[in-house]
Amino acid sequence: MALKIVKGSIDRMFDKNLQDLVRGIRNHKEDEAKYISTCIDEIKQELKQDNIAVKSNAVCKLTYLQMLGYDVSWAAFNIVEVMSSSKFTYKRIGYLAASQCFHESTDVIMLTTNQIRKDLSSPNQYDTGVALTGLSCFVTPDLARDLANDIMTLMSHTKPYIRKKAVLIMYKVFLKYPESLRPAFPRMKEKLEDPDPGVQSAAVNVICELARRNPKNYLSLAPLFFKLMTSSTNNWVLIKIIKLFGALTPLEPRLGKKLIEPLTNLIHSTSAMSLLYECVNTVIAVLISLSSGMPNHSASIQLCVQKLRILIEDSDQNLKYLGLLAMSKILKTHPKSVQSHKDLILQCLDDKDESIRLRALDLLYGMVSKKNLMEIVKKLMLHVDKAEGTTYRDELLTKIIDICSQSNYQYITNFEWYISILVELTRLEGTRHGHLIASQMLDVAIRVKAIRAFAVAQMATLLDNAHLLTGNTQHSGICEVLYAAAWICGEFSEHLEDPMATLEAMLRPKVATLPGHIQAVYVQNAAKLFSTVLCGQEGAPADSKVAQETSQLLIDRLPVFVQSDNLEVQERASCILQLVKYIQKLQQKDVEVAEEVTALFAGELNPVAPKAQKKVPVPEGLDLDAWINEPPSGSESEDEGRKTKGKAVFAREESRHTKPRYTEVDEKELAMRREVRKAEQANNPFYIKASPSSQKVYQEAVGVEHIPVVQIDLSVPLKVPGMPMSDQYVKLEEERREKNKADRKKKDKKKRREKGRQRRGDSGPESEEDITPAHMVDIVTEEMPENALPSDDDDKDPNDPHKALNIDLDKPLADSEKKLPVRTHRPDEVLKSPIEDAEGLEVTSEPKKKSGKEKDKERKKGKEKKKKKHKQEEGEDLMEAGSEEPVQSKVTNDVAAQPPASTPEEAAAVTDAPPASTPDAASGVAAVVPDSEPEETKSSKHKKKKQKKEKDKKKKHHHHHHSDGAREESVQNGTVEDEEPLPPMSNYAMLAENSYIKMVCDIQGNLHDGSQVVVSVIFENKCDSFIKSMEFNVMDSLNSKLQRPEGAGPHDSLTVPFHLPPGISSEARFIFSVQSIVMPQKLKGTLTFIVKTEDSSTHEKLDFKLHFTCTSYLITTPCYSDAYAKLLESGDLKGSSLKLEGINQPFHHLLARICFHHHFSVVERIDSCASMYSRSIQGHHVCLLVKTADQTVSIDAKCDEPGLLRNVLDEIKLTFSQC
Amino acid sequence: MIKAILIFNNHGKPRLIRFYEYFAEDVQQQIIRETFHLVSKRDDNVCNFLEGGSLIGGSDYKLIYRHYATLYFVFCVDSSESELGILDLIQVFVETLDKCFENVCELDLIFHMDKVHFILQEVVMGGMVLETNMNEIVGQVELQNRMEKSEGGFSAAPARAVSAVKNINLPEMPRNINIGDINIKVPSLSPF
Repeated sequence: MALKIVKGSIDRMFDKNLQDLVRGIRNHKEDEAKYISTCIDEIKQELKQDNIAVKSNAVCKLTYLQMLGYDVSWAAFNIVEVMSSSKFTYKRIGYLAASQCFHESTDVIMLTTNQIRKDLSSPNQYDTGVALTGLSCFVTPDLARDLANDIMTLMSHTKPYIRKKAVLIMYKVFLKYPESLRPAFPRMKEKLEDPDPGVQSAAVNVICELARRNPKNYLSLAPLFFKLMTSSTNNWVLIKIIKLFGALTPLEPRLGKKLIEPLTNLIHSTSAMSLLYECVNTVIAVLISLSSGMPNHSASIQLCVQKLRILIEDSDQNLKYLGLLAMSKILKTHPKSVQSHKDLILQCLDDKDESIRLRALDLLYGMVSKKNLMEIVKKLMLHVDKAEGTTYRDELLTKIIDICSQSNYQYITNFEWYISILVELTRLEGTRHGHLIASQMLDVAIRVKAIRAFAVAQMATLLDNAHLLTGNTQHSGICEVLYAAAWICGEFSEHLEDPMATLEAMLRPKVATLPGHIQAVYVQNAAKLFSTVLCGQEGAPADSKVAQETSQLLIDRLPVFVQSDNLEVQERASCILQLVKYIQKLQQKDVEVAEEVTALFAGELNPVAPKAQKKVPVPEGLDLDAWINEPPSGSESEDEGRKTKGKAVFAREESRHTKPRYTEVDEKELAMRREVRKAEQANNPFYIKASPSSQKVYQEAVGVEHIPVVQIDLSVPLKVPGMPMSDQYVKLEEERREKNKADRKKKDKKKRREKGRQRRGDSGPESEEDITPAHMVDIVTEEMPENALPSDDDDKDPNDPHKALNIDLDKPLADSEKKLPVRTHRPDEVLKSPIEDAEGLEVTSEPKKKSGKEKDKERKKGKEKKKKKHKQEEGEDLMEAGSEEPVQSKVTNDVAAQPPASTPEEAAAVTDAPPASTPDAASGVAAVVPDSEPEETKSSKHKKKKQKKEKDKKKKHHHHHHSDGAREESVQNGTVEDEEPLPPMSNYAMLAENSYIKMVCDIQGNLHDGSQVVVSVIFENKCDSFIKSMEFNVMDSLNSKLQRPEGAGPHDSLTVPFHLPPGISSEARFIFSVQSIVMPQKLKGTLTFIVKTEDSSTHEKLDFKLHFTCTSYLITTPCYSDAYAKLLESGDLKGSSLKLEGINQPFHHLLARICFHHHFSVVERIDSCASMYSRSIQGHHVCLLVKTADQTVSIDAKCDEPGLLRNVLDEIKLTFSQC
Repeated sequence: MIKAILIFNNHGKPRLIRFYEYFAEDVQQQIIRETFHLVSKRDDNVCNFLEGGSLIGGSDYKLIYRHYATLYFVFCVDSSESELGILDLIQVFVETLDKCFENVCELDLIFHMDKVHFILQEVVMGGMVLETNMNEIVGQVELQNRMEKSEGGFSAAPARAVSAVKNINLPEMPRNINIGDINIKVPSLSPF
């Protein structure tokens, strides 16, 4: 015993490493599970130790055990610990383990954000690489959002090794966080031309993946890819690009025409089979998209088919397979050129390789015609007999049915032949596809009226021989055909030769062993047969005995079904039994009942299209979601929902309300009600749930797949007596065709003789039309409701993650999009501990600074000219960084002292890019942009602009924190040399002030929501006391309302979510909903607060007036001159103008002021004339043409909303009258 | 996109599994079993493509595999990947293993699963092909191994020395296991 303990402790000290573990497992083959469980116990001990080496060794072993199928998610936290080791050796193991077993619902992933960010910015490229690799496997939407910026920065890393990984992982980020696609795309595009081939290949890879799902957004990249295709020598890249073109050509046929030539060249020149194959594939795609109108069209097709034939004939099975695969694509548009290779494809059916046989089958599907259908199917039937293994045979079976039934039985000339094929197929042992055959039988019998008599006869034989089908395996899938047989015999019983015999067959005791749903059909159709028998007999009154015997038969046999444990069978049987008993009574009284009984089953059943129900248009004025009666009030979940929402009002409301507020409420409510209703319905046994078609229900209910397949072991092939062989039909058909041909020839001769013309007889192969169907077939079309909608787009998967990536990438980036939305705290995080919050804040602000600096570096390379400016900027950067710190720490203090805060830093980051413009920004934009400017410059310009914006924003901050003097200097530093500096400007306008507190506010429209305005208010504590319990309230007007938390009354005030220590200022945001933005508006409001000194506290209040100017509804939106010109040309805009006298400030100041105060952007500037543009939150375009001459400024303005324009102009006038 | 990479031996024992989409452990094992079942019954002279199994993928996915001596290398990919390209990629991967392990054999994969993972990570990342140039891959792997060595490697862990001592007492040393000819033969490169 003691020895055991000693040994145990030694074992713990002397840990196993991975190799020992593997060795151990191999040495314990007999009791592997037991050995592993002791190993897991050891690992658990090791994980408890502090030594990181021991821990990572343990994690490494866990990774191995995970491979063997052991769940190791319990060690997730330890994995995170190992990931955060400073040593690469351990970190790598940690990330490996994480990538193997973390997934979206692993909760510790939340803890990794900062660690990953640290690793991403590590000076060691392999730390970064390992983190990227790991992240690519377990990135979650949260991680993607939080790290998108960091990864974007890495895309421009100096090391290609990091760049290529960063580029690749962006695809995962896009998938999880689609908002990042637009801002990141310009850089992704740049990477297509990266000097490093690996990075280039990665970028091609990512864009190809993106384009595959949403090709139309990537059409504009086609020229770039075209260039790459003709220049690149990397086969991997070429293959990807060629594949991408294959996806793009269907959208743009012109592209296809351009592609044909280089692709053909590649086909001729390349020695790499993989490249050749992809070229052929894309040429096929091009040809499909062109479909016609190319002169050398057939040459290309010939080339493709010829190359593919070489592939198919190759001894390499892989090439053979791919050749067939590509051939099937050609088949869709150019069946003729493939059909000539029928021999080759039929030959492939005999291949030993199943994959190849399946491909060949696919091809056959498209190759059939009226002429060769019977021949091909005959060949397939032979294969069915030979086939080993049920999967391949089942595949053959479905293919035969697919081939025959395709495009509404287009190629079938003889339905008797088809029915006999179907009957032959029922002899397959143990097939899973009984229901498929059954539905074909039903479909043909219902829709082809001429065939009914024949079908009924066949089905009657089937029913008679049912024992052969079911054998002793009652659950065999094939018994499904009995369902069809019984129904057909019953429904079309008038065609039965001997209904009595069939009735007898259907009521055999053996039937009771069939699955319930089939029995139900049997019982019901027995009743139909019964009525037919009565009908037939009563014509001859002498034979009323037979009728009575029939009744007696039913009365004798039905009780078996009445005792069935299947509810449906039981119910039907007992109904019919009682009915028959009653009829028997009447019969005994010699009453004629036949007519009444037949009336039970009168009328014809027509086939209904499977989508018919869906296509019924909702009649006008019918609201299916409206309540007929109000629902019972007081559903608890609703109230709870409101309570939890209540706190969130300050945090991040605006991004979640993408629709006008009032409708949102309605929708939420409706959704909730719908849920409740669904739940109720689900629990209500009497509610019939919607189902698209009865057929479907039956399939689902049965779940044929779940029926175990048991093979009948019969060495002698089954021959059902009395059944015709389909082969006979082939022969007959041939004879018939011969005869037809002969007849026709005769007729032709006659005609010729009659007309006396000399025409040569058509002795060539018969054309399709020449084959006349054996029966006059009337294929009944499926019924659709009247005025059904023709749309067919209901087959798309709503859960496809790529749907979210369907984003227009050609649209220039709006200001707010130029950078990735910075992480902001979600509402639920408000409750987090203040320290954590502060940490998060510090971390987020870091990369921002960094990226700014990096961009500086980039630019330095580019333009020597601006060197001076750079220095200044860099200096400024430093200054800013320096001066920012105190602010930040202040904020941190703030938050640390009072928990739930939306701090100014954060708020400003969230607010949509504030319109701001310093002179150099203005001049940068004002440089005339020629239309043909290449896109690269545009994007770099974007970047520059973006940088400016960022900086301006920062500046703005400083304005309101340390107002005035000191900052003015640095602003001057940033301006261009040749133009005068601009006086400092701030968007924040004084709201109200008293001796305790000062409020300044900025009003911004919400870009994402046309009915929202965000008011950011900075509260500054001016006194020496503590200010707390601030409550903010505004008297709503009809047009503008303060958004209050759900459940609050319309007059309730909002609590400002922080307290103010002396000398501190902080910012809160309030969201207002507005309806009309045409008129400016003033709202009265009050702020109440408690001033707390050491010994006392007083209630104070401060009144203010919020002024919503029309300007505040405008959002700075960049506009290119060509788009601008188009807009003006469109003629939708109404004009107005304004003259300002006595303006003696420089023109660029003037522009900057308009930009800054009125949210415009400069489109073009030529000397003393400039065009400007802005857009309202509700999408009105506002265009200005500003001209200056001799202290007079004239502004010509156009807008599609004259009222708005008038007010904006008035406000501009006011701005300039004030200065 | 590559959805999964599986390496297992002729008996279906997994040697490396790498899923680029989450599956629970039991499902993973089921997929391995199913894939093994599909792949193992195929002759060596039939084509290397298989329309995906029912568990993984669906109609858009294919299994592309190669069989080397005792090991199957199976990639499950969707239609955005070139079939022949992936076959070449498997070849590149195996050749890289051969270089890194010097005549790789199944035992290397058995005892150094972690290292195989690290090599794979330089070839495929998050389901997308990262690098196809073998020299580049080998170079990066070696640099990382050198870094690990400079940190003292795993041998820095005290356990390592001890386990060596422990081994002396073990009657069955792994090198005594007779495994016959399991060296992976690397055929000559196809022109790609």
